[in-house]
Amino acid sequence: MQKFFEFINQLDRRIIFIFVALAIILPLLFPLNIKFTVTEPVRGFYEAIDKVPNGSKVLFACDFEPGSLPELYPMTYAALEQMLKKDLKIIALSLWPAGPPLVEKALTDMAQNEFKRKYGVDYVNLGFKEGREVVMVSMGSSIPNTFPQDYRGTKVSQIPIMQGVNNFKDVKLIVNISAGYPGTKEWVQQVQARYNIGLVSGCTAVSAPEYYPYYQSKQLLGLLGGMKGAAEYEILVNRIGLGRRGMDAQSMAHVIIFLFILLGNLAYFSLKKKGT
Amino acid sequence: MSYEILGVWVAAFFTLCIFSFLYRDNFFYKLAEHIFVGISAGYGVALQIENVLKPNLFKPLFQEGKMLLIIPFILSALLFSRLYSKISWLSRWALALLIGIFSGAAIIGFASGDLILQINANLLPLKTNSFLTTFNNFILTFGLITCLLYFFFSKEHKGGFGFVTKLGIYFLMISFGASFGYTVMSRMSLLIGRVYFIFGQWLGIIQ
Amino acid sequence: MRKEVPLIITFLAGAFFIADYFIPHTGFSDLAAKINGWAIIVLAASYILGVLNILRINYGRVAKREKDWILKLILVLCMFFMLGAGIFGGITEGTLFDWFFVNTFTPMQATMFALLAFYIASAAFRAFRVRTVQAALLAITAVLVMIGRVPIGETIWKSFPDFTEWIMNVPQLAGKRAILIGAALGAIATGLKVITGLERTYMGQD
Repeated sequence: MQKFFEFINQLDRRIIFIFVALAIILPLLFPLNIKFTVTEPVRGFYEAIDKVPNGSKVLFACDFEPGSLPELYPMTYAALEQMLKKDLKIIALSLWPAGPPLVEKALTDMAQNEFKRKYGVDYVNLGFKEGREVVMVSMGSSIPNTFPQDYRGTKVSQIPIMQGVNNFKDVKLIVNISAGYPGTKEWVQQVQARYNIGLVSGCTAVSAPEYYPYYQSKQLLGLLGGMKGAAEYEILVNRIGLGRRGMDAQSMAHVIIFLFILLGNLAYFSLKKKGT
Repeated sequence: MSYEILGVWVAAFFTLCIFSFLYRDNFFYKLAEHIFVGISAGYGVALQIENVLKPNLFKPLFQEGKMLLIIPFILSALLFSRLYSKISWLSRWALALLIGIFSGAAIIGFASGDLILQINANLLPLKTNSFLTTFNNFILTFGLITCLLYFFFSKEHKGGFGFVTKLGIYFLMISFGASFGYTVMSRMSLLIGRVYFIFGQWLGIIQ
Repeated sequence: MRKEVPLIITFLAGAFFIADYFIPHTGFSDLAAKINGWAIIVLAASYILGVLNILRINYGRVAKREKDWILKLILVLCMFFMLGAGIFGGITEGTLFDWFFVNTFTPMQATMFALLAFYIASAAFRAFRVRTVQAALLAITAVLVMIGRVPIGETIWKSFPDFTEWIMNVPQLAGKRAILIGAALGAIATGLKVITGLERTYMGQD
């Protein structure tokens, strides 16, 4: 046993890497389909969108980059599905430089190809604007002045969906998908508190604990935390995406980490006891 | 071979290049790293020009004649004085505008969005009809107060005060533990995404 | 001129931003919006400065044939290629610029972040030692959240997700809210110090 713990104590990190890789790869190749239920913050996200009257305009702020796609793309697609089913008019934008092409692809896949909606009439991608929270405040004064043209270079005055949209008062809800700064925290601080508008957030799991106070204080009406949040949300919108498909791998990976923490501690205390 | 399939192969090559770092630092990783920095720098500037500078500065200033925009134009030009040490102090004028606005935004945002509303949200009734709600409200109130007392460094943390602040540390540890759990979740999800790309989009083993 | 003007600009910009929150006058808001628009432009322009800096640093290394100079050259060429593709060919879907974004930038950034999964596992194994009460609380909460938030936790114990939600909504939240309030006070104090000129390290050395 002593030798085993010594071996564990000096384990090459690459052996840990192999176990982590296997914990992810095997469940993806051989799914276990472990069932799970929907938690309250996720239900809040779904219900907030559900309560928006059909045909209303919503702001879809996709503040992310490729680095967090596996967590945020599934919820982006699921949110688009729910919004498009309700015939909501989507005004999308991104405050992260690498966001607009990702938003464009999601909109093309969902709005154009799956739901056969018309660009400029049912949805628009305003693209990117530098300035983080300053852009948010600027949009509070005038969205067309902040975004004079969309991602494709068309003047917003010539885009039908943007007619009558001047500031946040002209949209019913803000749906934010956030990878960090700028993101949900800034939308809460600069927009929700200032303009008293409904806000829901889908965020990376790293940021989720930080946003729980906002959810409890009702500054956020709903919260999707990471891929698990996306998976629960996919259940509600009846969609099978990467969120649900990835849950078995997520479970196994967490079990592996837990076992490594346990082993590490057993080895540490066992060797400490023996004074090694 | 279509551009789409070629794209998947290129993406797979770079994915494996980056993953090769797990074994040890090597030429393929370095190559991918440098290409990544180059591509992202070029991407960033092209996007800033196309999505920000053209629609918000060049078009309105030079085509629509909105002359007031000469001010940000000059301030932007001053930024480049940083490249010449003798006049680099001029760039401070542009920086000062940004620092001032972001400081103002921080004050307003943190005061109205965080401070007041978060304190308000924690003013919870300690006597309700439900035992669980009362219990939770008590823990929340007690936990918040002890944590805030822990952040108070003007008084030495010993005696009765030290005991209370120690309880504050315990709440903070629970908070950090939860954050760590969620961080693990986040990182694993990112790996799931890449594995899904390799075995799904590239090799076609997973549907 | 070197210090006074930036201090005045900082004060005016910051004070104006704050005043805009309290003064619901259309003319005032319009002016504030204009100034915000200027900040957006200056920030975007700073990216060009960043690229010039990359160019300056790497040009020197390539010219002197320093170690890995070929890689530095590749970096600069990739930068110019992407810049040219975006400016001359457009940035929207279906362009060369977009193809390179999707097939090079996206997989590389996503994989770099994915690497962290391996290192966090290794770090958890080596650093998570339950030596004190605080460390025990941290480790136990981490494990409960890790297992309770994934489907396997629900299989082990049906109420695990509810219990995890309770941790997140009650004890975890107390700590996070305290940090939030502390950080808010800190940010407000720092903001005021900057606007009033008490904090001026952002101006650097003369």
